[in-house]
Parts: sequence; C-alpha cells; structure tokens
Amino acid sequence: MEKKLLKKVDLIFEKCNCLNIIDKVLQRSGDDIILDIIDSGLKGRGGAGFPTGLKWKFAKNEEADQKYIVCNADEGEPGTFKDREILDRVPEKIFAGMAVCAKAIEATKGYIYLRGEYNFLLPALNEKLTVFNQAMKDRKFEFSIEMRSGSGAYVCGEETALLESMEGKRGEPRNKPPFPVAQGYLGKPTSINNVETLVFALAIMNIGPEKFKEFGTMDSRGSKVFSISGDTPKGGIYELELGMTIEDFVNEFGDGDTKAIQVGGASGFCVPRKHFKDTIIGFEGIPTGGSMMLFNSSRSMYNVLQDYLEFFEEESCGQCTPCRVGCQQLLKGILAVKRGEKPPAYLEELKKLSQTMKIASKCGLGQSVANPFNSIVNNFREEIIY
Amino acid sequence: MSKYKVNLKINNIPISVDEGTTILQAAKMLNFNIPTLCNHPDLCVAGNCRVCVVEQKGSRTLPAACAVPVSEGMEIQTNSMQVRAARKHIIELLLSEHNSDCTKCYKNGNCELQDLANEYRTSNNLFIDLMKSTKMDISSPSIVKDDTKCIRCQRCVRTCAELQNVNALAVVNKGHLMKISTFLNKPLNEVVCTNCGQCVNRCPTGALVEKNYIDEVWSAIYNPEKFVVVQTAPAVRAALGENLGFDIGTRVTGKMVSALKRMGFDKVLDTDFTADLTIMEEGTELLTRLKKALVDGEKVALPMMTSCSPGWIKFQEHLFPELLENLSTCKSPQQMFGALAKTYYAEKINKNPQEMVVVSVMPCTAKKFECDRPEMRSSGYKDVDYVLTTRELGMMIKQAGIDFTKLEEEKYDSVLGESTGAAVIFGATGGVMEAAIRTAYEIVTGREIPFVNLNVTPVRGMEGIKAASVKIKDVKPEWAFLEGVELNVAIAHGLVNAKQLMTQVKEGKANYHFIEVMACPGGCLGGGGQPIPTNMEIRKKRAEAIYQEDENMYLRKSHENPEVNDIYKEFLGEPLGHKSHDLLHTHYKARKRY
Ligand SMILES: Cc1cc2nc3c(=O)[nH]c(=O)nc-3n(C[C@H](O)[C@H](O)[C@H](O)COP(=O)(O)O)c2cc1C
Ligand code: SF4
Repeated sequence: MEKKLLKKVDLIFEKCNCLNIIDKVLQRSGDDIILDIIDSGLKGRGGAGFPTGLKWKFAKNEEADQKYIVCNADEGEPGTFKDREILDRVPEKIFAGMAVCAKAIEATKGYIYLRGEYNFLLPALNEKLTVFNQAMKDRKFEFSIEMRSGSGAYVCGEETALLESMEGKRGEPRNKPPFPVAQGYLGKPTSINNVETLVFALAIMNIGPEKFKEFGTMDSRGSKVFSISGDTPKGGIYELELGMTIEDFVNEFGDGDTKAIQVGGASGFCVPRKHFKDTIIGFEGIPTGGSMMLFNSSRSMYNVLQDYLEFFEEESCGQCTPCRVGCQQLLKGILAVKRGEKPPAYLEELKKLSQTMKIASKCGLGQSVANPFNSIVNNFREEIIY
Repeated sequence: MSKYKVNLKINNIPISVDEGTTILQAAKMLNFNIPTLCNHPDLCVAGNCRVCVVEQKGSRTLPAACAVPVSEGMEIQTNSMQVRAARKHIIELLLSEHNSDCTKCYKNGNCELQDLANEYRTSNNLFIDLMKSTKMDISSPSIVKDDTKCIRCQRCVRTCAELQNVNALAVVNKGHLMKISTFLNKPLNEVVCTNCGQCVNRCPTGALVEKNYIDEVWSAIYNPEKFVVVQTAPAVRAALGENLGFDIGTRVTGKMVSALKRMGFDKVLDTDFTADLTIMEEGTELLTRLKKALVDGEKVALPMMTSCSPGWIKFQEHLFPELLENLSTCKSPQQMFGALAKTYYAEKINKNPQEMVVVSVMPCTAKKFECDRPEMRSSGYKDVDYVLTTRELGMMIKQAGIDFTKLEEEKYDSVLGESTGAAVIFGATGGVMEAAIRTAYEIVTGREIPFVNLNVTPVRGMEGIKAASVKIKDVKPEWAFLEGVELNVAIAHGLVNAKQLMTQVKEGKANYHFIEVMACPGGCLGGGGQPIPTNMEIRKKRAEAIYQEDENMYLRKSHENPEVNDIYKEFLGEPLGHKSHDLLHTHYKARKRY
C-alpha cells in the first residue's frame, strides 16, 4: 500500500490573492473547472469523502432556473474544530471557493450554514461578506453569499437535515434519493460542501491539479487539516499530507503512552496500539473529517464509549427506529454488562444490533454508530466487561 | 404517470414498471407484501420506521421500500436473511420502547405493531425495557393520547399537517426524548385540536384512540330507570359492516337497527330525520340571507357556510373567527336530534326528559366534544348524553354476542325515525349541498331540480374543493328576487382544503353564496370515528354505498319527509320560527390560534 511520511503542508492557511484567482476562474467554462477538480482527485473533507468534482458535475448537469451552493460550517463532530479556525483566519478563501463552485455549477446564491456556537464569528464574517459581495457585483458576476445560523443540533450537519433547517423546518434528514444535487435547498439543485473542501477547491484553481496531486496518495489526494486533541502535548490544528501511518502520527503527536486513537470523531473508528503500524490515515485506510483524539493508558475505553453513546443517544434526530432506539439500547446494554446485569455474551447481541443500525438507519448518523461501537468493543472487550 | 418504464427484479422475478414507482409498490404488483408502519396511502412518504427495508444488490445499506423509487437494473430481495434479521431487530426495538400491555389495550386486535410482532415471532426481552412512564392525556372529550404506546411513526403529525393543516400535533425534542406533542406540551383540550380524529384513524397502535363511552352506555341500557334512545348518523350504515365481517361498501342499515334493538336500546331512531330537518332550517336561512342581501340591501354574511361538522366549527373558531357570522346558526343534526328528543319526543311518548338518555352513533370523534359544548343544553338537560363512534358500536355488538352477519333487517322506530335519501347523502362530501339544492330549488321554482334522477353530480366526488352553479329561472312569484340568479356554491372536505377556501373568502376572492365544509376527507364517511383503515379506495366504496342507499329510498327530498312536515305542524311552527330558534339554532365563539 502506498504510504507517505508525516509532512506538514500549508495550502489552507497560506495567504493568497483570492480575487485574482476568481478573475482567472471567471474566464473559464464550468466544465473546464469541473474537469480540473475531478482530475485533482479532491474528496469531500466533511467526513463522507464524496469526490467533489463529481458532485459539482451532477449539480451542473441539472436543468433548473435556480441553483445553490451551501457551505457546511456546522462542524459538530466531537473533536473537530478545524473549520472554526478556517472561518476565523481565512474566510475570504471560503467565499472564493464558493464562487468557484458557483461558476462551475451555475449557482447564483450561496449560503454558509454556521454552527450556532460559532455565532461569535458572525459580525466579522458579515463585514467581510459585504466587501466580497460588492466585489462580485463589480465583476458583473451574479453571485452573493449570505450567512445562516444553526441551532445546535449535531444532526443538522447532515446535508439534508441542514437543508430542512435552512428551510425553517425541524432538522430531520430526508430520504435519499433525491440527492441535494438534484433537489436541495427549496427543491433546487444544491451543492453542499464542507468549509475545507471549498478552500481546497480554490487552492486547486490557484496551483493547478498536478501540483495538488503531488500531495497524498492515489486514493487520498492532497492534504488535510487535522484537529488534534486528547492526551497530546501539542494539541491543535495541523495541516498534514494524507497517507501517513498512525504510527508516524502518534510518534509526532503522542505523549509516549498512547494506547488508542479515535480517528474521525465520535462517529469514526478507534484504532488500538497494535494496529498503529498497519493503518493509514486516508480514504484507503481510515478516513477522517479531521478529528484525531489520542488516549493514553490512564483512560478507560469503557468511559470513552459510554461518552460517545450518550452523545448519539441525545443527538439522534429521533425519527428513525434503528437509530433512536438502537442508540439507547447500545448505551443501556454496555451499562448492563458492566454492572453484571447482562452476561458478557450480550455484547454479541449488541454488535448484531449495531450492524442493523449500520444498514437500516436513514442517515449517516445512525449508520456510523457501529464504527466506534465495534472498534472499541472488539479491541477493548475486557475494559467494557470488567 | 410518466411514460418511461423501468426494468428491475424483485426476488428474482423481472418486472417492468412506470418510472417513479416505489419498490414497495412494485413488489405489491408481484404480490409481495412488504411490511410497513409509518407508511399510509393518504400521507406523504416518511421512511422513518424502517420496517420496510429491503436488500438491494450492490448497496451497502438497506433502502426503505416505501421511500425509494425503482431504478433500471435494480435487484431487490424483500425477504432475505439479512432483511429478516434487520426487520426483526427493528420490531424488537419498537417493542422495547412500547407499553406492550396488549391484553389491556383498547386497540388489541387492531394494532399494526401487534400484527408485526406476531408475524416476526419476536423473542422475549431481547432488549432492555425502555418504556417511559408518562401520564395519558385524557383532557379531551374526544381523543386519548397515550405516549407509552407511541412508535413515533409521525402518521398523526402528517395527518394533522397535510390533511387538516391544523398542526395541533408536532414532533418535539430529539434523540431518546423525541416525542409527539402539542404547543408547549399543553393538554389536547387546550390547543387548536379540532377533535376530528383523523390522527386516531391513522394511528397504527393505541397511542391515539377515541375516548370511549362503552361502559357508560351499557350502564344506561341496563338501568331500569332510564329510557335510552339511540340515533345513528348517515355515514355509519355505510361502514359499520367493515368491523363486523362485511366487505367494504356494504350497506348494513337494517342489520344495524336490528342489532341496536337487541342490545336493549328502548328506541332506535335516526339522525337522518334531523338531517332532513336541517335542510329545512338551513335552506330557509340561506333564502332569508339572500333576500336580505338582494332585496333589502342589508349587510348579511355571505357566503353562508354549513355547520354540521363540529371539527370544522372548532377549526373556524380557532383560525377564522372573523368568519363566524358566515356559519349557519343551525345546530348539527346530532344536536337538533338531542334537543327534540328531550322535548317534542319526550312529550309524545310521555316520558320525563330527566329519565331519558340520548346516545348517538357517529362516524366522528368531534361529536363527543360537540355534545359537551355548553350551548348544547336547550332542552334544559344535556341534549345528547353519549356519543359512540362506529368503531365503538362495532365493539359493543361483538360484546353483546350478536351474530351480526345473520341478523334479519329491521326498521327504525317512529317518530324521529323517518328519513329521505337527501339525509343519507349527508354522509358524503357534497351531500348537504346536494340535499339543500334539491329542496331549495323546488321551493323557489315549484319544479324538481334539472338533474337526471335528482343526482346533482357536479357536487359529488373526491376532489378537495368543488364548485358549481345553478341557474334559477321561472321562479314562483314570492321568490321573484331570485329570478335569473346564478347560485354559486362550493364544497370543501378535509380541513386543508377548507383553509384554502376560507383564505379565498377572507381575501374576497370567492364569489359564492353557499359553502359546504366537512372536516374529514371524503366527508363523514371518512370520519375519524369510522373503521380503521380508511383510505381513498375505501372512502370511494363507502360513498358508492351511500349514493346507492339514496337511490333506493322512496323519498329523496327533505321537504317530502312526512315526519318533518308533522313536526312543523304539531310543534315547531315554521322554519326559523321561535321554537326552532330556541331548540335548533346555536352560536359560536372565537378561540385562541394555537
Ligand atoms: C450526522 C452527520 C453530521 C455531519 N456533520 C457535518 C459537519 O458538521 N460538517 C460537514 O462538513 N459535514 C458534515 N456531515 C457530512 C455532510 O452530510 C456532507 O456529506 C458534507 O457536508 C459534504 O461536504 P463535503 O463533500 O465537502 O465533505 C455530517 C454528516 C452526518 C451524517
Ligand atoms: S439515523 Fe438517526 S439521525 Fe439519521 S434519520 Fe435516523 S434517527 Fe435521525
């Protein structure tokens, strides 16, 4: 398997002249832009990892009188805080990335759906947006961006729940199909992209897909902004090339006593020390929206799992059975095993249940609870039972 | 429907269906039933219960058959091991949240969750019991809400929003706390709920049921000191059979009368009688309003609107209080009956009204609320004591051990038992309008309405809002002011349609003289108290039954009902007269908007 050594990169926060890039992009055709994005191999940085160029192509191919680009800045995944940093430090690059998408898919209106807890960023963002929107007007490019605030539900980061929320409804995920690229905001074709994805799209316009492809591996092109937390002497935000092993990563960021690492937040996977060497961070190994939580030997993995399950039990939107009830059963189930009210073999029943949740839940939330559940229960079984 | 065909395989059987068909529908065409809970043919797709998941070749997840349209080359398995395992889990999960006290449940034997649990042979206590003990909401005289039985399928929420546009019920909270609630979690009797019971009719479990008065009615029947009379609404006879072993759309009028007599009611009478009476009163009221408007130039509220449907009345009181003047002041047939039973009738049979108990059998849960209204005591007593739904009557007939299918047909008692075809059609949307037109036209012109076989087809059918006009020509001299007038009428059923029509009226965009509104889709035949399930196909069959009943009647115009003529001669005097005013008319009050 193709591997890369740990390397710090600076594509996201590096200063650049956004308006110059936009001017160049405005000269190009939508198809041309999309070809570059497809060629770059850029995949969504919001967690699901859908190829961005393909998403834009679908949206472009839809016939409609109105299309939208929505920037997903809901950043709700526990352990993730990289979008906040981007919103704070280089917001113009996000706006410009949205303009690139708008040009590519022929959208005239953009929205940034901001996590409610990040409302403190609103005044600064609005001020900069006024300047940006004027700049688009000056260029006779029909495109403007508006801010929207979330209200604190994790599930509203799921793209269709986000749309419902934007439409003023209860944030419940929709049935798919139809996908947002066909019927999104107000039923119109909509491309929903993560904050970081959009900034990378801008970077690709700036440096070209070839340069971008020099970073990362076949399946995981480019770099990624990581939110590093937990038992680490140097937590924070780092942009790293994709494709490194967890061992490399832990050598750099661990405290010398790392026993496990949770990759991808509460909905991601737990990797135990014995698998550090053979696990790659990237779409061919373990994908991540950016959250890396390190745990040292002082941590109880039972407590970690309980925390995650409490989170899901509360943050499930509650509409579908496998997720709403399943989360409660997994949580109550490990508690019962811990207290000896259920035999250890009950964990097998719970694993089967988590499999049902994975295949039968309506959205990504319920579908991914099995990730932390199985990876923690399988690797730290004795900690769960005793 | 789209012309494009899509080819797919379900359980290895190839099939070609129209684009846009769901997997669920396509499977049905091949005679494969996929279980569902949140799905209901009257409502938009939710896809949230997940019991309809199926296996799709090449897909990581199991799509919900109700929500996913077919696509070219799709290969579906509806009953694979993986599907069965997931489905069983889902049912077990629902049961773990559910108050599974089936033997004590009002819906025992008519519960979709119970059926599925049976079908999937759920094991004992696989999962931990999560049932939350919450208090039942028994505040409403019509509906009981028991959250411990709720499976969160949101059928009630969608019903209240999509069919009724009342939005009394909505989802609150998320995760394990998510539930169906009212504005600020207030009791049902303090919110905008119209008591129409459409939610009750669509609840797959016992979470929403009618408040039943079965024991009270048995007690009255077996109380030797009480004289118990029962009245039956028009739509009941076209649906009761569904609960007692007959096909949908079977008319069971005579058997129902016979069963009621065997149950021990002292007299079995007919709400159809007061439906005919309503036409006399309401028709006269309309003609009076028209005269005031056209001749006297007085300002009167037009269009006039019907007032037979108590769910509709409460809706109007909450949402369009500025249009209350437009409502006919006529009480509903049920309440006219009650008021006459404890006055005119009591006198006739020489009973003290205090000893009388008036029971109604209605297709409706809102009628339970209506009979409790303080205005409904014109006899000096509660005019109607208890209201039973069609379903409750079905249950009582079973309790009495009556073999309904084999019963001989019997006739209603007299008086207050005679009726015409015009009264029967009150049970279908457009029926009141049709009955009114049959009578009013004839009063004004002296001729029968110019429709073949008296069937006013333009006001029939299941379209949400219907409009029609009748040209009035060659009138009798006393009605000269109506010569050449084009009488414009409209009909709405289902409150979502009523709201649309009322908005037009409010904005002055509706040029009608007379509007009929029924709260429930299809009219009373689709009422909240009717047998479960109810859907479009069933409503159409019940409507056919009602129109057949009309055509089979000897008398088909309300003003030809001999008992109606007698009551005016002997007791009431004339329509809108002094006694009518006291006993048969009422008033309304504005209510809060939530
Ligand atoms: C429960 C849940 C929460 C999510 N939260 C976020 C989020 O906070 N930010 C985000 O960008 N994507 C989030 N996603 C992923 C989005 O649904 C969507 O895939 C993403 O915004 C697409 O953008 P991308 O292709 O640029 O990654 C979430 C998904 C799920 C299922
Ligand atoms: S999986 Fe969970 S969050 Fe997603 S729709 Fe179902 S209940 Fe809601």
